[in-house]
Amino acid sequence: MNPLVIAGRTFHSRLFIGTGKFGSHELMRQAIEASGSELVTVALRRVDLDKNPEGDPLISKLDPEKVVIVPNTSGARTAEEAIRIARLARAAGGFDWIKLELTPNLHHLLPDPIETLKAAEVLAKEGFKVLPYINADPVLAKRLEEVGTVAVMPLAAPIGTNLGLRNRDMIEIIVANAGVPVVVDAGLGMPSHAAAAIELGADCVLINTAIASAADPVGMAKAFAKAIAAAEEGLDAGPRAPRTVADASSPLTGFLWEKHDH
Amino acid sequence: MTITVNGDARPLGKATTLAQLLDDLGVKTAKKAVELNGEIIAPSAFASTPVAANDQIEIIQFVGGG
Repeated sequence: MNPLVIAGRTFHSRLFIGTGKFGSHELMRQAIEASGSELVTVALRRVDLDKNPEGDPLISKLDPEKVVIVPNTSGARTAEEAIRIARLARAAGGFDWIKLELTPNLHHLLPDPIETLKAAEVLAKEGFKVLPYINADPVLAKRLEEVGTVAVMPLAAPIGTNLGLRNRDMIEIIVANAGVPVVVDAGLGMPSHAAAAIELGADCVLINTAIASAADPVGMAKAFAKAIAAAEEGLDAGPRAPRTVADASSPLTGFLWEKHDH
Repeated sequence: MTITVNGDARPLGKATTLAQLLDDLGVKTAKKAVELNGEIIAPSAFASTPVAANDQIEIIQFVGGG
């Protein structure tokens, strides 16, 4: 497969990793390294001035030479809040990649399409490389591309559910129409889910919960990387299209009971 | 003389600049963002930015997230 390029940057791995929920920063670091991932997401929160005024050392555990660090706007409920978080992320870290994540409802954590589009337009104009987290809506994906997002990130299933590719049909339509890379984000629980996403034509997957909350996050990170590599190799090998009627693999001649007329 | 930092009221103390306040709070400023009354302040301006009673300050950091 051609290498994945987003906003002019080439990625050798089609696995992006979220840094939430790991038992320790060291475990996170090891899982990222084992996965070969070259893009990770982080969140922004207030410093806890009473318990840890020095701050969370997370960011110092990530090597910007090896991974693109993409802050997210998690917690934002409106375009205004997301834009504020994006600007803070740029001020804090100098990062101009932003994962737009606007989830007003904490029960299902599904993204607000209208606020996401509004924020994407503003941030793209401000020079951010915007990766919007969206429900698998092909029309919205196209609208976001038109306002200048560098990718679209449709969800496979709600965040943290491990349900797999529940939005498969709509993601196929997004992939078929997309002019920017498609990153399947959220809900992928098993390596086979990631492989299926790549096989249906997605450019990349973003995994957090499935790796970070596994009993062995490093082992799971390796398993996802292998599954994605297998999917890529399979596509390179030229798979045949599915068909609806049988096509025998064994010869349909020369059966033992065959009668010959000659 | 109180200010609000990250949503909580706190005594301003002797700090007259943002840099002094952050130091008093024990904040390491690397990879942090600071907002003063809704406006982002660049780290290079911390020492020259005055703080006063009733200021609203947010001190933001990176944490793990998906």
